[in-house]
Amino acid sequence: MTKHRRGAAPERSRLAVRDLLSEAVAGMLQRPARSVLTALGTVLGVGAFIAVLGLTGTATSQIDHRFNSLTATEVSVTDVGPRNAAARDMSFPHNADARITRLNGALAAGVFWSVRLGPQQAVRAAPVGTANSVDARTQVIAASPGVWQASQARFVEGRAFDGFHETHHQAVAVIGSATAARLGITTLRTHPAVFIGDTAFTVIGILKDVERKPELLMSITVPRSVAERTWGAPTDEGAQMLISTRLGAAAQIADEAAVALRPDHPEYFKVTPPPDPRSLRTAVSDDLSQLFLLLAGVCLIIGAVGIANTTLVAVLERTGEIGLRRALGARGIHITLQFLTESAALGLVGGLVGTSIGTVVVVTVAAAKQWTPVIDPATLAVAPTLGLAAGLLAGMYPAWRASRIPPVEALRR
Amino acid sequence: MTTTLHGSAVIEFRGVGLTYPGPPAVHALHPCDLRIADGEFVTVVGPSGSGKSTLLNIAGLLDTPTQGQYLLNGIDTAALSATRLAALRGERIGFVFQAFHLLPHRSALENVELAMVYRAVPRPQRRARAAAVLERVGLAHRAAALPTQMSGGERQRVAVARALVGEPSLLLCDEPTGNLDSATSASLLELLDTLHRDGMTIVVITHDRQVAQHGQRTITIRDGVLHDSAHRSEAA
Ligand SMILES: Nc1ncnc2c1ncn2[C@@H]1O[C@H](COP(=O)(O)OP(=O)(O)O)[C@@H](O)[C@H]1O
Ligand SMILES: [Mg+2]
Repeated sequence: MTKHRRGAAPERSRLAVRDLLSEAVAGMLQRPARSVLTALGTVLGVGAFIAVLGLTGTATSQIDHRFNSLTATEVSVTDVGPRNAAARDMSFPHNADARITRLNGALAAGVFWSVRLGPQQAVRAAPVGTANSVDARTQVIAASPGVWQASQARFVEGRAFDGFHETHHQAVAVIGSATAARLGITTLRTHPAVFIGDTAFTVIGILKDVERKPELLMSITVPRSVAERTWGAPTDEGAQMLISTRLGAAAQIADEAAVALRPDHPEYFKVTPPPDPRSLRTAVSDDLSQLFLLLAGVCLIIGAVGIANTTLVAVLERTGEIGLRRALGARGIHITLQFLTESAALGLVGGLVGTSIGTVVVVTVAAAKQWTPVIDPATLAVAPTLGLAAGLLAGMYPAWRASRIPPVEALRR
Repeated sequence: MTTTLHGSAVIEFRGVGLTYPGPPAVHALHPCDLRIADGEFVTVVGPSGSGKSTLLNIAGLLDTPTQGQYLLNGIDTAALSATRLAALRGERIGFVFQAFHLLPHRSALENVELAMVYRAVPRPQRRARAAAVLERVGLAHRAAALPTQMSGGERQRVAVARALVGEPSLLLCDEPTGNLDSATSASLLELLDTLHRDGMTIVVITHDRQVAQHGQRTITIRDGVLHDSAHRSEAA
């Protein structure tokens, strides 16, 4: 059976990739409990990585979503014009609403301010002299008719005041449903009135809801012209204008609003465009995720150290095996590759499990908050690679050491 | 007897020696000449620490001599790189160790297969050849058993199968019966005798005089010095 083999030494031993991989898997499964514990650090690191990025992404997209529907289409203008004793007048012209809605992209606009009432001018449901009906908590707001559309008001009963009420100085009021209940107003069929000081205002609408300026719900709102005639121009806080625009038109409206309102004195207004969505997003990422990403990194490092430690122990335990493999023709590089593949496989498995757990966390949290979970596919692709890299890095030193053990010494074990 | 002297040499030592530099320097193997021909069954006997394993490790290309020239199958091994030495070792030499060195979590069949992994033999071929060799050593029925489920004698037979499966030109056994009881030892030696009759070149190291009787020829080693080589080919 023995062949006569003289001369011609074989070139080199070869190890198929498939065999290398199956050796690595076998090495991992050899001590399953230890492998699980070793991979834990990587699982935590990669899991935290996915959870942080996923949750931040989900929250950000949630902010974006709200942002798109409302904030992105809202522009506010504040009166910062001169208000000395002589010219106690506000900067907004009487036809301010119309001047803005003429602009292309503006849907509605309205001026409003809170009215400062004198000490004898409380809000009542009945004329002065009647007891129990004083409601000191109720704010009075003066508003031009455009405010209702701009704030997207909806009514339980009745309606908003309009241009007719405004131009004819009609003493009418719109009140929030809670305020109505407090004042004992349950229906408009009886044409109820509220008294502010000694002026009676007929309630023509009860608000159900507004999308913007929720303070309208807590207040009594009267036409701007009436308020000016009764209590004068706005005093301490000054008047504001609320503009609702078409999506994407806000920035341009913000640019044009001041000039449209007062071509003679655009500097009387401070215009606030919607915040930049990108600045919102970075604010969220900065605040929340930096620390957690750092934690994820620490977990990953701990995971790598764990893998390095386990691999080093495995090398020492399996010295005899290393010697045997050398006797069977393995080169040093084959031994290095075997342990490196094993540690890399541990890291990769940790990375995959971590990615799954992180994803489950993101989906669960999103479900609980009724958000749409958002995880960047790139993150999902990178995360297991992180585990793999940690495993590779961790395995380098032990694997190199394994290949340096002289076969004769290795076999003595 | 004539084949021993005139057949082609599998092992040829020309002044081969090994000294561990120390200090103190240890002359594990004093420079010696040795020729083992194709098909010989040689035993190396000597007390513990006499240099038997050193001799075998050099012959098996696991260690490199510090002096002299070693030709394996006529190839001057001193001229070879580590890479080619590994390849030559894997292809031409089968090892059997006292401690068996079986992988504990692999079946008998998988342990035998391992000898072909570094030669990139495709898996189905590996399986078939491993099974055939297991049958040859009388362990076909234990192919699926783990080393922990086998007796010492069975384990050593698996190790012999692993050494044989690559069809080496030389079988090197370092105290193969060291961990076996006498009955099991006898049975293993019988297996080696059979392999020898089939033409395998075998070197068995032992400190047991009884075991040493098995070879055609016994080399005695003491304090690193090869003493005599008594031929018993006529007696065998
Ligand atoms: N790495 C080493 N460094 C120094 N001396 C060694 C080393 N390895 C073996 N020796 C010595 O070489 C001698 C021969 O050892 P060895 O060949 O293992 O003996 P045997 O196998 O006959 O018991 C012994 O004296 C041993 O102590
Ligand atoms: Mg020895």
